[in-house]
Amino acid sequence: MAVISYREALRAAMREELKRDDKVVIMGEEVAQFNGAYKVTEGLLKEFGPKRIVDTPISEAGFIGLGIGASMLGIRPVMELMFWSFSYVAFDQIVNNAGNIRYMSGGLINCPIVIRGPANGGTNVGATHSHTPEAILASHPGIKVVCPATPYDAKGLMKAAIRDNDPVYVMENTILYNDKGEVPDEDYIVPLGVADVKRLGTDLTIVAHGRAVITSLKAAEILEKEHGVSVEVVDLRSIRPLDEETILASVRKTHRALLVEENKPFCGVDAQVAYLIQSKAFDELDAPIHRVSSIDAPQIYCKRMEDLQMPNVERVVAEALKVLA
Amino acid sequence: MAKPAVLTHPESLKRPAGPSEYAKDPVNASMSKAEKIALYTKMARIRHFEQRCIRIYQQGKIGGFLHLYVGQEAVAAGTISLLGKNDHIITGYRDHGHGLMVGMGMNECMAELTGRVTGCSQGKGGSMHYFAPDKNYWGGHGIVGGQAPLGTGLAYAVKYLGLKGSCLAYMGDGAVNQGAVHEAYNLASLWDLPVIFVVENNGYSMGTSQERSTAHPGCLAKRAEGYNMAWDVINGHDVYEVRAKTAIALKRAHEESKPTVLEIFTYRYFGHSMADPDKTYRDKEEIKEYREKKDPVLAFEQELLSEKVLTPELSLKINEAAMAEADKAAIFADESPDPTVADITKHIYWEEDNRGPKTTSRGTIIFE
Ligand SMILES: Cc1ncc(C[n+]2csc(CCOP(=O)(O)OP(=O)(O)O)c2C)c(N)n1
Ligand SMILES: [Mg+2]
Repeated sequence: MAVISYREALRAAMREELKRDDKVVIMGEEVAQFNGAYKVTEGLLKEFGPKRIVDTPISEAGFIGLGIGASMLGIRPVMELMFWSFSYVAFDQIVNNAGNIRYMSGGLINCPIVIRGPANGGTNVGATHSHTPEAILASHPGIKVVCPATPYDAKGLMKAAIRDNDPVYVMENTILYNDKGEVPDEDYIVPLGVADVKRLGTDLTIVAHGRAVITSLKAAEILEKEHGVSVEVVDLRSIRPLDEETILASVRKTHRALLVEENKPFCGVDAQVAYLIQSKAFDELDAPIHRVSSIDAPQIYCKRMEDLQMPNVERVVAEALKVLA
Repeated sequence: MAKPAVLTHPESLKRPAGPSEYAKDPVNASMSKAEKIALYTKMARIRHFEQRCIRIYQQGKIGGFLHLYVGQEAVAAGTISLLGKNDHIITGYRDHGHGLMVGMGMNECMAELTGRVTGCSQGKGGSMHYFAPDKNYWGGHGIVGGQAPLGTGLAYAVKYLGLKGSCLAYMGDGAVNQGAVHEAYNLASLWDLPVIFVVENNGYSMGTSQERSTAHPGCLAKRAEGYNMAWDVINGHDVYEVRAKTAIALKRAHEESKPTVLEIFTYRYFGHSMADPDKTYRDKEEIKEYREKKDPVLAFEQELLSEKVLTPELSLKINEAAMAEADKAAIFADESPDPTVADITKHIYWEEDNRGPKTTSRGTIIFE
């Protein structure tokens, strides 16, 4: 087991898959010569050369569409978006083309593409650069979405995504890029659609994904120490497919649920999770389900306010106490 | 309104249909008699298939949109007749002609239109979404211009795999104003990709004539110069000319791995789709004039008659056979079953359709 950063874990996943399969190509803005806008792809050009690691112009609809077309012929492109916020200029390619082609062709064509990049707020860059489109994208059948929170999951999910024969959109987080964690030396994948109980507890289930998992784990510690409450934290890891069983098993144990995510509340991922719990575990609940999401407004620039707009430890603790009251 | 919209290019005006000056071009002169007859047969089959579609649509059996290719046959016929094993094609929603040209059967094409499980996409795609990847045909795309980056990607893949091939990415004259098309042009030229963008200029994007939609330097293809790309213009009623000039672009793709924009002047006889009553934006006279002077199927028939490749008797036989084939396809589509409710949730994910110990996905992926 080596202790490496989330960024290094992603890079290691790509490096190993580049070595394993010569159809894997890394493509995106500044991924090669510049070594990556966030240095996730650092060193890959040197190691694999310009055929495998390809700089693109600022042309998301063009190069993502190109990757989709190439994937139909068996190439396995791993496309970097500098931010997932920029996916919106390529929405037609990402949704209509990648997401529908298998269906509309009656299963004749598949599209093994990975699109990856950071999708998070909290970086003081304003509304245009702070989108978290996992719910928007996961609402389209044909598309898969994963949101790793730790280096272990980042590597395992990225490798699974690259080997997957469907379009998989990996939402990373710039704030997590330097987080460190243990990652096995040997080859492994984290299958899509398997949640992870990141902390065991008995009194309350917190369901979270992405960086909200880290926030929730910190809140769980405070709840334990200061309030004597035992909190279980379920990390979804994958939004679509969704591990419904792990969520339900935890709720059946604790009988209370708090859902935490960085999305805005309207039609967020947790709207679906709340529906799931009430439809399949209604009788298990001892209290209404609560949610902590970002405050419902475009992302504010002011750093002090942005920290309050997003789910933070204090808000999660306060809301948890309401569910437990 | 009376302005002849198709004839935007001065060359096109000068040359009414007549004996093709491209008959002697090597790609045409080298065709055997049988090959010429086969090409004519394919054009006739496209024509009769679609004319049969009109009746089925009017009977209410084809839903949604039905965009006919009648009048444009020589474009698909000429270009696709040149393609080899590693040449691919992709187009927009006016996609029946291309499908029949690559060798799709009338049965699967007709059954797709009526939403049957025996359709090429099992009734999941419809008129705008034909696919036959086994014949290098990658669709059939409903979003104007959205297929241009995909076609560029297919060409990228051909090059990446070290194959001598190409991709022909077709679009309409209205599509050239889409950002995705410009992005595709740039990438194709920047990365020397063997893609040929074929602009099928039929003069109109829905009810908007080309003059009302597009600022251009004399013709649409010339925009290629802004991307340092080769281009050419072609009279699309003359299948020999289409072949002769496409062959040059194809050679450029195969030998130099360079892209080309080809603008092919053509015309559609029916409304934009069957939903378009075709009353507001062009004169009936304009349609009549083109049909009489430049019908691509008749022009090629004339050509082959004068070459003594075709006889009136043989032509009649070919056309009757095509009509009979279309009739049979209509019956096949009628008698075929619908997909089932269970079929609705198939073919969404490869991993889901092939779930096993080796697939990477678990959990719920189709929701209630
Ligand atoms: C992005 C998008 N906008 C609008 C439409 C609706 N639409 C479908 S075809 C069409 C006209 C396109 O004309 P052209 O590119 O010239 O192709 P043609 O129909 O003449 O073959 C329009 C407006 C669409 N399908 N996609
Ligand atoms: Mg048009």
